Amino acid sequence: MLQIDCPWCGPRDESEFTCGGEAHIVRPKDPDSLSDAEWADYLFMRTNPRGAHREQWNHAHGCRRWFNVVRDTVSYQISAVYKVGEQAPGDEQ
Amino acid sequence: MSKYSIFSLARNALSYHENWSRAWRSPEPRSHYDVVIVGAGGHGLATAYYLAKEHGITNVAVLEKGWLGGGNTARNTTIVRSNYLWDEAAHLYEKSLKLWEGLSQELNYNLMFSQRGVYNLGHTLQDMRDIERRVNANRLNGVDGEVVYAAELKRRMPFLNTSKSARFPILGASFQPRGGVARHDAVAWGFARAADAHGVDIIQKCEVTGIRRENGRVVGVETSRGTIGAGRVGIVVAGNSSVLADMAGFRMPIESHPLQALVSEPIKPILDTVVMSNAVHGYISQADKGDLVIGAGIDGYNGYGQRGSYSVIEGTIAAIKELFPIFSRVRMNRQWGGIVDTTPDACPIIGKTPVENLFINCGWGTGGFKATPGSGWVFAHTLARGEPHELNAPFALDRFITGHLIDEHGAAGVAH
Repeated sequence: MLQIDCPWCGPRDESEFTCGGEAHIVRPKDPDSLSDAEWADYLFMRTNPRGAHREQWNHAHGCRRWFNVVRDTVSYQISAVYKVGEQAPGDEQ
Repeated sequence: MSKYSIFSLARNALSYHENWSRAWRSPEPRSHYDVVIVGAGGHGLATAYYLAKEHGITNVAVLEKGWLGGGNTARNTTIVRSNYLWDEAAHLYEKSLKLWEGLSQELNYNLMFSQRGVYNLGHTLQDMRDIERRVNANRLNGVDGEVVYAAELKRRMPFLNTSKSARFPILGASFQPRGGVARHDAVAWGFARAADAHGVDIIQKCEVTGIRRENGRVVGVETSRGTIGAGRVGIVVAGNSSVLADMAGFRMPIESHPLQALVSEPIKPILDTVVMSNAVHGYISQADKGDLVIGAGIDGYNGYGQRGSYSVIEGTIAAIKELFPIFSRVRMNRQWGGIVDTTPDACPIIGKTPVENLFINCGWGTGGFKATPGSGWVFAHTLARGEPHELNAPFALDRFITGHLIDEHGAAGVAH
């Protein structure tokens, strides 16, 4: 079982959370101007990396808030937790 | 290849079974093949077998980074059925089920294919409406099926909890009599042996690290054992599909998730069929050697670690105990995880990729085992002709662009 450090509630068991999949997928500003392939890329295509993965989690049985996590998809180790709207670790320029 | 028979068994008994010949060779990779298949699981090996048998293409290599059949082929709960709702899916899985029937004889290998029937339980009025709709759709597609109600279920399985006071009362089920189970290891071994007999090279411990391309066309693969040239390449790597697609420079609508299963200590025969429930989310059968084989849903997060979380096992066991209170004191022996490649519509992707002569067969998610022969059969056709067979044409990667999804989620696709 993963232990996830909710930014608001502190460390809790994974069973209190639901995973919302890949983070930082931005809805296109003007969907009408996209080709079908571009829309499909937004809607369906995922990076699904073997290694560090930035993903969304929701503390469903707690504060019910969304936040982001960087987690290794092989070791399942969580290396960072950050709030929605904050810059992902490693992205600072 | 020596033929297995009662006579070969008797002959080898005389030498204390110490002189059986190897079931397949372990050749060194050659520098070039007509077709290279990445992944020696059941689907990859079946593809190689049907390439040789149906299309006469035998200059084929199957590359495997670990050992043959060591991935999802050996990690599933061995259920075989074809009662899918939509026409495209029903035709594909029914083709597979027809191949299963008679496959042991064809491969001269005992797959222990046992058509003991598969029940999909309904717990609500809406479940039962969906079941009636699906069974009718199945019968129109030539797939066997019947609707069974609680009283009849109780007669057939007296130890199934059909009590009205159950938290999720069982109202009935769909039943596919031709469904059942098969021994998953034997499926990989049988296809490997038969493909090898046709001259296919099965190369284990050979990890693909790159896809060689020239002018948008595949020309070979980089591996841990050197570069291997290829006329056509087929990727059949289940949970690692996105990793291979990344090497070839295109994106996939796939997320890899851990899927767990567990088996109990061996007990005396009690469950002579397969029982699945989408609502409480568990499925169970009993192996010939007596263990209860139990599976359920995926872990919610992406993962490649071939293990999942304890909380999911707990939920699975709770579901099984809800259906069969009699199993509450059975002890579990082993638990494991495999990595399944899930797609947005719970249907596979079998066909072309944006790279010419590079083909992919993936996205079987939680239910690929049942499709092993059919998947190999249609993918062999696709690799041989360069075009999909009419059975797998609807399962093209570009359906996510055209919008022609085949939505088996909920219809039949949640519990496999």
